Amino acid sequence: MLKAFSHLLARDLRLAFRSRHELANPLIFFVLVVSLFPLAVAPSAELLQVMAPGVIWVSALLSVLLSLDRLFKQDYEDGSLDQLMLSPNPLVILVLAKVCAHWLLTGLPLVLVAPLLGMFLYVPDEAIGVLMLSLLLGTPVLSLVGAIGVSLTVAVNRGGVLLSLIVLPLYIPVLIFGANAVDVASDGLSVRGQLLFLGAVLALALSLAPLATAVALRITASR
Amino acid sequence: MNGSEFSWSEFFHMGGYAVFVWSSYGLALGIVLVNIVSPLIERKRVVKRVKRAIARDRHASQANNS
Amino acid sequence: MIKKIWAWIQRFSSPKHFYAISGKLIPWFAVPAFLLGIYGLYMGLFVAPTDYQQGESYRIIFIHVPAAWMSMFIYIVMAISAAIGLIWQIKLADMIAAASAPIGAWFTFLALVTGSLWGKPMWGAYWVWDARLTSELILLFLYFGYMALQSSIEDQRTADKASGLLVIVGVVNIPIIHYSVEWWNTLHQGATVAKFDKPSMHIDMLIPLLVMALAAKLFYAAIVLMRARNEVLYRERNRQWVRDLVKKL
Repeated sequence: MLKAFSHLLARDLRLAFRSRHELANPLIFFVLVVSLFPLAVAPSAELLQVMAPGVIWVSALLSVLLSLDRLFKQDYEDGSLDQLMLSPNPLVILVLAKVCAHWLLTGLPLVLVAPLLGMFLYVPDEAIGVLMLSLLLGTPVLSLVGAIGVSLTVAVNRGGVLLSLIVLPLYIPVLIFGANAVDVASDGLSVRGQLLFLGAVLALALSLAPLATAVALRITASR
Repeated sequence: MNGSEFSWSEFFHMGGYAVFVWSSYGLALGIVLVNIVSPLIERKRVVKRVKRAIARDRHASQANNS
Repeated sequence: MIKKIWAWIQRFSSPKHFYAISGKLIPWFAVPAFLLGIYGLYMGLFVAPTDYQQGESYRIIFIHVPAAWMSMFIYIVMAISAAIGLIWQIKLADMIAAASAPIGAWFTFLALVTGSLWGKPMWGAYWVWDARLTSELILLFLYFGYMALQSSIEDQRTADKASGLLVIVGVVNIPIIHYSVEWWNTLHQGATVAKFDKPSMHIDMLIPLLVMALAAKLFYAAIVLMRARNEVLYRERNRQWVRDLVKKL
């Protein structure tokens, strides 16, 4: 089982690194959207500092959302998803491997580039750590919950808007607590509660979302 | 409205909040009506569709027989 | 015993049987809904005393709160019937879920608009990011997501199961969303004072509220049966019993 997990994870990572452009796109999108805000509002430090947590988190949400298609769509189209579902290994484990790969390829880069964006928007230095930590706890949830949405819409042609309609409302708790953690940390206060909440949501998503995704795939992707 | 005399104009005035109160009640009434009417229309549509399907099938079977 | 119940459920949930029974049931919901609605309106508009703080504007409560309750209630009904449909493969349950969604969305919309109409005189603005209004807004998005998914999958069985799973995922999420919105709201406590929930309510205000809520539930029951009957006719359109029935209409 562990072997199947690591095998699939390695395969997905290898495939992704073969097309590097696509790999960088969500990251570039993230940076691009964040840097639009100073242009749209004003390059004033006080204003941007107030907006920074929200702007960074909303951009992270959108960037993960746009990369979700990669999770199952291609596998569905070239038939390798059918192969996965026929394999003797539990589908939940395989789903988990795919979500892990997705997070390593999209969520983790966002976490790593966040300090740069924090600097762009004048997030105080002491809050940068919290920003990274909140993204570290939050982005896996986005991948996990997003996987449910993708698996439900995998057979729908041009399901992009539909996917966002389904998934974005479910992202709201992560958005609220993630952005607030950064906001509070900027004031130099403790963010234990927010981070604990994000951790709890992560634990819940980790245990339930792969199950729901597996069920969804059995419903929609079986031909 | 707890006085002994009841006045309709006062009732419709709603203590100055007439616009808010009556548009709320009006909207509620409208939504109730929409919810009643739309399944009735839908039913007519479905029945019409099934009737058309019946006619089509009869036509097809007659064509086969002849 | 269990076998007997199961057989009964199977029989009742057959579309044909459901169609016959529901036709007889609808008036039993619709008439009390109408009578209770009239009684509730009378009690709410004529009998209930004026609120000493909010004046007459509080009378929106008799629309707003039942609508908000219904919006939650219908979503939960959908989740339960979707679960029944997924687990026991009862098609009727899926039809109930599908038939409920538009009604639930309408009630959510009504709760939102009346909330904002109530907000204008109370808060001085049509929209305030109050916890309850925000939750209703998110709930409306959840309804839209369900309906969009349901209508974008061609195969009916797949559409039912996929949107059913979505509504179950949604119902697991609702407490989390609700909690985070409440928490977010207390953080940014500004203009919003808890205008909507009062510690104690006058009995003459409580009675019309409960009567209206009951009327709304019965109304929903009648409408959902009407909608589910349409679904049955449409989905079973190639069956002989539907054809025999339609010929007589």
